[in-house]
Amino acid sequence: MVDRFINILTSLRLTVVCLCLSLVLVFVGTLAQVDLGLYRVQNEFFRSFFVYWSPGGGSLRIPVLPGGYLLGGVLLANLLAAHFKRFKLTKKKIGIFMIHIGIILLIVGQLLTDLLAHESVLHLKEGQTKSYSVTERESELAVIDPSDPDTDNVVAIPDALLAKGGLITHPALPFAINVKSYFPNSFVTNRPADAVGPPPATKGFGPELEIENEPRVTSMDFRDVPTGVIELSAGQALLGSWVVSEYFTQPQTVTFENKSYQLILRPKRVYRPYSIQLVKFTHAVYKGTETPKDFASLIRLRRPDTGEDREVRIYMNNPLRYAGETYYQQSFDKDDHGTVLQVVRNPSWLTPYFSCILVGAGLLVQFMSHLIAFARRTAAKAKAAGPIKGRARPAAPAPAAVASMSANAKRRD
Amino acid sequence: MKKYLPWIFTGIFALEAFMALLPRHEKTFQTREFAVLPTLLNGRIQPLGSVARNTLLQIRSAQSVPLEGNGGSEWGTWEQLRKDNRLPLTERHWWQFAKHPKRLKATDWLMEAMMRPDLADDRYIFLVHLPELLNELKLEGKGIENEGLRYFSFNELRPALDVVDTQVQRVLKSEAENRSTVEQRTVYQKQLFKLANALRLYSGVRFSLRPERSDDFAQEIDQFLKSAPAGVTAVKRQQAGQEFNQQDLDRIIENVGQYDRMATAALLPLVPPARPEESRDNWTNIGNELKESVHTGEVPPAVKYYAAMVTAYRHDKPDDFNRAVADYRQWLGGKFAPELSKGVRESFFNNFQPFYRAMLIYLFAFLLGCGFWFNWSEPLRRSAFCLIVLAGLIHTFGLVFRMVLEGRPPVTNLYSSAIFIGWGAVILGLVLESIYKDGIGVVTAAAIGFVTQIIAHNLALGGDTMEMLQAVLDTNFWLATHVVAVTTGYASTFVAGFLGLLYILRGVFTRSLSDSTSKALARMMYGIVCFATLFSFVGTVLGGIWADQSWGRFWGWDPKENGALIIVLWNATILHARWGGMIRERGLACMAVFGNIVTSYSWFGVNMLGIGLHSYGFMDQAFKWLIAFVISQVVLIAIGLLPPRYWLSFRDSLAARASAPPAPEPPGKARPASAGA
Repeated sequence: MVDRFINILTSLRLTVVCLCLSLVLVFVGTLAQVDLGLYRVQNEFFRSFFVYWSPGGGSLRIPVLPGGYLLGGVLLANLLAAHFKRFKLTKKKIGIFMIHIGIILLIVGQLLTDLLAHESVLHLKEGQTKSYSVTERESELAVIDPSDPDTDNVVAIPDALLAKGGLITHPALPFAINVKSYFPNSFVTNRPADAVGPPPATKGFGPELEIENEPRVTSMDFRDVPTGVIELSAGQALLGSWVVSEYFTQPQTVTFENKSYQLILRPKRVYRPYSIQLVKFTHAVYKGTETPKDFASLIRLRRPDTGEDREVRIYMNNPLRYAGETYYQQSFDKDDHGTVLQVVRNPSWLTPYFSCILVGAGLLVQFMSHLIAFARRTAAKAKAAGPIKGRARPAAPAPAAVASMSANAKRRD
Repeated sequence: MKKYLPWIFTGIFALEAFMALLPRHEKTFQTREFAVLPTLLNGRIQPLGSVARNTLLQIRSAQSVPLEGNGGSEWGTWEQLRKDNRLPLTERHWWQFAKHPKRLKATDWLMEAMMRPDLADDRYIFLVHLPELLNELKLEGKGIENEGLRYFSFNELRPALDVVDTQVQRVLKSEAENRSTVEQRTVYQKQLFKLANALRLYSGVRFSLRPERSDDFAQEIDQFLKSAPAGVTAVKRQQAGQEFNQQDLDRIIENVGQYDRMATAALLPLVPPARPEESRDNWTNIGNELKESVHTGEVPPAVKYYAAMVTAYRHDKPDDFNRAVADYRQWLGGKFAPELSKGVRESFFNNFQPFYRAMLIYLFAFLLGCGFWFNWSEPLRRSAFCLIVLAGLIHTFGLVFRMVLEGRPPVTNLYSSAIFIGWGAVILGLVLESIYKDGIGVVTAAAIGFVTQIIAHNLALGGDTMEMLQAVLDTNFWLATHVVAVTTGYASTFVAGFLGLLYILRGVFTRSLSDSTSKALARMMYGIVCFATLFSFVGTVLGGIWADQSWGRFWGWDPKENGALIIVLWNATILHARWGGMIRERGLACMAVFGNIVTSYSWFGVNMLGIGLHSYGFMDQAFKWLIAFVISQVVLIAIGLLPPRYWLSFRDSLAARASAPPAPEPPGKARPASAGA
């Protein structure tokens, strides 16, 4: 039984089946993007163990295809097992080894990227300076104590905690936060005059609003806008309830024991020990066309603790790599005076480079050795058989051709 | 005699190509000289010959305008036929081999439209073929017909211009208010916009060189320059409330009004930047320069030369015209030598048509190669081989010339990818032929070379094939590595697929697939698939690295990336199936043919993903062809899967084996799993 399993696991048949299924998965996953959008397809087809089909959009989920993780995993296991069982590192097989190590590196590297990479976005207007970027698909509830003139004291509560609901306390907070409701995607409108029932919250903007729950966004081009209702309390005393939402760009103020705090639900921020200022954004087009010729952000990078202060030009195909992060020119404001930089931290970004070199070189070594062997064989055959038979002729040439061939042969002699 | 056959064929085609390289002397208007003059359009310096070709393609979807055809059962010029009321007017039918209608070539047409719009307005150039639109624009009974397509003249469309404009504005308004999007445009709307764009281009051409009402343009400019100071004085005095000369005022207002219309409507900035501090890209149009001359009192030399050309052309004085062109070229040769040289080179390239020329030779070589299989006459095979070498040289020359012209690696857009795939396949085919010498390499090279050049030819009908590259593509390093590697992968996968096709067709329908041929073909396929795996893998990963460099992610599962990945996966599948002994020659052939489907999907299919059933344009046409191609390949695979007893080539050996005592399994079928490694 174990033997049989090992035989299957190490078989080339399994490789071929997995490769075929991968091809089908990639193909179907590409077609599905037309309807589902890239983001959902990535999660449902490639970052999953099974691709499910729900007939008629019901709750029944039938697995119809193995997902990217499963196929990648099985291929990896197949490859490793085959190497342990069958392959010996000989001079003849060095190419195969290089190819397979390169592929393993590529698969593992991509898995690491999936797990470890972090993406955020830095949006700057010309002249503006920021020392943080924001994560587009995550939010946080920030409670800001602005009493210190130099630095704000901020307690940020991640959206995952808000979504759980219930009571949240923090030593730096003088009050407890009770999350009464939280909508990952929502629509907030003004409360009509004839609305029945109590308003969603009592303080801040709360009394004038109406909240609607919305389904989560699947397209890459849009993002969810979360909204929550929170109640603040200190000991037994109830301070009231507030609506917090990413629809509000301005914070709401809470006064407690003669001290003002600001409340805001915002995209999650990642702070850094250095700051970036947009000096100038350039958007050039080819003369007489609307085809973009160049997008470039001239930024000023300042780091107080090392005294670093320099200008960098970030443009298409030329990102800034700094402190383990990479800044890419991603987008820009419609008025051409603001830029959007994509910030990526990916510790395994170099793996594809090594993998490409290994596999490329391995394929070259392997096929060159085939080619050389083939050429030697052909030459040897030609020598053994003489000039006529050595040429790979069709087996049964018509008499005329034979005549002309022997004529050729005579000439050669 | 037979011995010299290859040299005779090659000599004829080489001579023909060489003749095309020689300068040609034109007796009347030297159109070819005019076609060289540079202008700046679509962000790049290009000769008027290219402008003419690309503009006419966008308006008429053709590279020339026929002046003669059928009216009922008569043959004649359109004017005469219409005058005699011989209707309907149709272009030459394909079976009318004896008829060779006079045609305006692109540059002739451009010259006429710029300088004699009174004639050009009657040319049948505007393509409208949607019945709804024909009806709305009241075009029934007008125009000429060609295989179901209908062309109309500007004069015929004149009464309908307002309708076109109103309808276009209506759509634009709805799109500006986000009630509809460009992607949602209906067939009717798409056709409407195509027509509106054609009309805009045509009017842009008409206003590029001369004002609406002008005959002796050179003299008019002189007079204008003389009278302008008086006119300016009159304007100033009028504004100051002083007495002024009404005649001077009227004249300057009329002239400047004309020039202003020219300045707004002109398509071509024909005047190179005059001031040294300006960017070299700051070309302006003649209307602007004439308006400007009111203040400066002079016009740039370019305007004078062009005005002289207009006058000479309108008064039918070829010598004056040719002199003006020559003088202008000489003037350009000073400060604008690089622009002029670009114009000269691109014009030469346009006239020589290397890819078209190579395509015809490939076709001929293909026929010779097939002929070889019918009678195994060695001279035919060698002729085909030599011809493909010749065509390959012309093809390479075109490829390199294009690269130098653009200052880019070979592949920058879909058009050039077709050129390059053909080139790669031809090289591989020639290599195979020089190893095996059995006609397979030449037929492969010729067939793929021919088909890819046909595809390129059709892709070129979309307009400019040397357009500027978007910011993200503007990197010669990645274009030279990733794009070239992936495209080479496409080319080699197609070659393997074509070999598979030959294997199946020869095996099933002829007796020519002997055991040794079958083995040789399998070896070729295997080698080519290895080659394809190498290039498509490296190319695909390089693409990922490029993506990582330009927007921070190695792999995003977007359609084009996935397309490339599918090719890698398929080639890897073929190799592993072969190593595992799961397939032999026949299976290899079938799998290689499936590679054709996979590659054509990656090459074209992904560009068509969002395309619905109700749309027009090249991509939709291409979509139908793609589907047809896929079906043909599926049929071929089905034929290939027929059991060996239905294969003509295998039937005899099977019968022989059946009558002999049972033999042990042939070696190779039960190969050990790692045998291929």
